Amino acid sequence: MGEQNAKQESGQEPQALWLLKLYVAGQTPKSIAAFANLKRICETHLKGQYQIEVVDLLVNPTLAKGDQIVAVPSLVRQLPPPVKKIIGDLASEERVLVGLDLRSAQAVQTGE
Amino acid sequence: MNSNGNSLRKTPTGIEGLDEITNGGLPTGRTTLVCGSAGSGKTVLGMEFLVHGIVDYGEPGVFMAFEETEKDLAQNVASFGYDLEQLQKDGKLAIDHVFIERSEIEETGEYDLEGLFIRLGSAVDTIGAKRVVLDTIEVLFAGLRNQSIIRAELRRLFRWLKDRGLTAIVTGERGDGALSRYGLEEYVADCVILLDHRVTEQLSTRRLRVVKYRGSLHGTDEYPFLMSESGISVLPVTSIGLSHKASAERISSGVADLDGMLAVKGFFRGSSILVSGTAGTGKSSLSMTFLKTACERGERALYFGFEESTDQLVRNMSSIGLDLQPWIDKELLHFHNVRPSSLGLEAHLASIHQVIKRVDPNVVVLDPITNFITSSEGGGVKSMLTRLVDFLKMRQITTMFTHLSSLGGRLESTDEAISSIMDSWLLLRDVEHKGRRSCALYVLKSRGMAHSHEMREFLLTDDGIRLGGIYTEGLDSADKRLAAKRPATQGAASGKGGNGGRTKR
Repeated sequence: MGEQNAKQESGQEPQALWLLKLYVAGQTPKSIAAFANLKRICETHLKGQYQIEVVDLLVNPTLAKGDQIVAVPSLVRQLPPPVKKIIGDLASEERVLVGLDLRSAQAVQTGE
Repeated sequence: MNSNGNSLRKTPTGIEGLDEITNGGLPTGRTTLVCGSAGSGKTVLGMEFLVHGIVDYGEPGVFMAFEETEKDLAQNVASFGYDLEQLQKDGKLAIDHVFIERSEIEETGEYDLEGLFIRLGSAVDTIGAKRVVLDTIEVLFAGLRNQSIIRAELRRLFRWLKDRGLTAIVTGERGDGALSRYGLEEYVADCVILLDHRVTEQLSTRRLRVVKYRGSLHGTDEYPFLMSESGISVLPVTSIGLSHKASAERISSGVADLDGMLAVKGFFRGSSILVSGTAGTGKSSLSMTFLKTACERGERALYFGFEESTDQLVRNMSSIGLDLQPWIDKELLHFHNVRPSSLGLEAHLASIHQVIKRVDPNVVVLDPITNFITSSEGGGVKSMLTRLVDFLKMRQITTMFTHLSSLGGRLESTDEAISSIMDSWLLLRDVEHKGRRSCALYVLKSRGMAHSHEMREFLLTDDGIRLGGIYTEGLDSADKRLAAKRPATQGAASGKGGNGGRTKR
């Protein structure tokens, strides 16, 4: 993960592509956890229609400005619009799903 | 870098007056907290610190804006004459707008603010910055939920700034009963500056105070400051104190008879002169005569008028044979007319400083200073005037202040507060006797000379000001009438006698 790389899991259906950017600062326990959590959630809920791009700010510090990154790890949903942002190691699947608009807030409240 | 120097080094802000108050500037390699309510001038102060750093001291700077976009920022400070775009193009200034909107951010699990560090670090490294401004970092508290993470990260940020030897300003909103809303002062231990913006009787005044400056002497007063087209200037300068030189040179008052009363030669150069009197006694005429005489000697004269427009004044003075226009045309005589109530007292005095610096006069008249006294809460006036007088004396400017005494009060009592800072004090008072109102002048004090104690008739003629005879007697009945009308009026000192006998000297 030490450098900017893209993982792609392409699906066959012509469904909307989810473009997710995960901003991290080096291989910290938090960033490793965030990536693992994100990958698991996507595999469960978005199988075949997502793309994760990991941006390591230690390598590309200037990229932090564009997406207004302050906290790391930060997950930015670039597609579909609108842009959504989730910060933290993405430990709570429910919150990530809400943050990505994959589940309504009410469902989370009853779920928690 | 220079993070661990033993002696306290200072980084000049380049802001007029502030470096004097702080004895040289902000602590080098440390973080200074500048707090104040909304609109108190925090952002401008921060930006000035950077711009002066770049222009005057060759130190590039990074501005991290948490509230304003780069565009807004550039527009807001453009009125102060800063071209931020050019400085950015030159690679001397980096501006990063950090936008955090709580409603757009979901939080889950652990995070840190390394993104912020990376942005700041990258900007600092790119331009080789020595100065940093974070305006205002408290936005983090509103934008993010996990306060304990923010606090830990702020501590780390201030340590990071220090380790890199960056001289930084962090701004914060004034909190209730605390310096800043989120207690930033507990992280910033070295220097805290408080900005205040008060509105009293519809007039705004800005003040600055150095609350804390570890390891350094600093002025502890509240200093008024002005935000004008040339940026912030903090009104100096109590540090001048009483060390100014006293000149032995004498200059004429413009009225030969009056010079005669002042040990024949007139005022000392660089002295402060108070002319007080009731309405219509000729204070402005006396002060304009004084200025015109200075112009005739080839000196530069500056008139601050707070009641009349220049045109009106020039017209009125021509009625007593004072033709001012030639001196205006020769650019020896300068006018600066403004109503004091249109600005706060402090802003007003600060603008006076600026005009004086620009015109660089030899003699100055402030006509009248009464309006200052009425336009503010009184207490601050004396210290403000003291600073102004010190400032004028340091520049060896001879200054005449006029003061309107109120008809009801004792003539001299209203002036007590300011008389101690005046070297000479002339009093004009009107006198009624024999059905005629006339005007008397006397010298109440004039330091360092054997001045006359006579009370002379003050005459405005077609040919300028003359002094008439000495009142010896004949004011008795007039005084009684006056005393009946206004019990507190001064009677005893004014000379008494029978019925109107006035003799020439």
